[in-house]
Amino acid sequence: MSTFRSIVFASVIAGFIVGLIVTAVQQFGTVPLILRAEVYEKAAEHKHEASAPPQAILVHDHADNAHGAEAWEPKDGWERNLYTAGANILTGIGFALLLCGFFSVRSGATGEAISWHEGLMWGLAGFAVFTLAPGLGLPPELPGVPAAPLLSRQIWWTTAVLATSAGLGLIVFRRSAPAAIAGVVLIMLPHLIGAPELEHVETNVPSSLSHQFVVAVTLTSLVFWSLLGSLTSASFAYFDRPASA
Amino acid sequence: MSQSQSAQAQHLPVATRQVGRLAQSLMAMTLGLFIVGVVGFSHIDVIHNAAHDVRHSNAFPCH
Repeated sequence: MSTFRSIVFASVIAGFIVGLIVTAVQQFGTVPLILRAEVYEKAAEHKHEASAPPQAILVHDHADNAHGAEAWEPKDGWERNLYTAGANILTGIGFALLLCGFFSVRSGATGEAISWHEGLMWGLAGFAVFTLAPGLGLPPELPGVPAAPLLSRQIWWTTAVLATSAGLGLIVFRRSAPAAIAGVVLIMLPHLIGAPELEHVETNVPSSLSHQFVVAVTLTSLVFWSLLGSLTSASFAYFDRPASA
Repeated sequence: MSQSQSAQAQHLPVATRQVGRLAQSLMAMTLGLFIVGVVGFSHIDVIHNAAHDVRHSNAFPCH
């Protein structure tokens, strides 16, 4: 079997399983908090519209249209959860493809399959790179909490991910003091530059809810990455075994 | 263990096939990043709305 096919098969299976499990975990962890925050978000919108003069409502509506507030969105309940499950599965498959790419290069170089335990270590690295590092500067946010412009946050998030993965790579694979120092500096760099943030944040969402959300997101993500790392390595080892090469 | 290693070593691809393995791995990784990019970062409203709860739950920048 070609390497690409092994990677895709292994990633689809692992991503599907992990996506479903994480969807279930989110139903107890993050989703109830999102729904509670949306009550505050909608109340604030309502208040805003009620207090605005008619002219302003028109302008507001127009602006909303420009941003596509009228765009389709899944209905609350089953439909919404179904799309959440789909997006979780796709995210799982996407990150599994990334992990499998590394597994494939590693096992190609050493001639040995990646063990589930080594896969777990890669998963934890993914947790550090994609959740911990960007989350330090841009903590997980609930709906209804204002934040800096989206694009600037996406750029900073991507920078943090790239710098942290490069930094960890230098530390783990170079094994020299200068490389380790450069790695640590690289990991710190995006945080020294600082994530984009608003000078003044006004929200009805209670800070206790926001704090619970940070904990829920971080724990859910830990489950996601631990499972994804170990399951992906196990399924890749299966599809990439020498007999089928 | 060493026997299986040497058996595997005989099956190890030659240089060109190792390059092939690297290229295929990179292709898969690019595909993976593309999928994550669309689900987590696309500014298209319909995609944002469908993946809304996942973006928040993964702490991807949202709204």
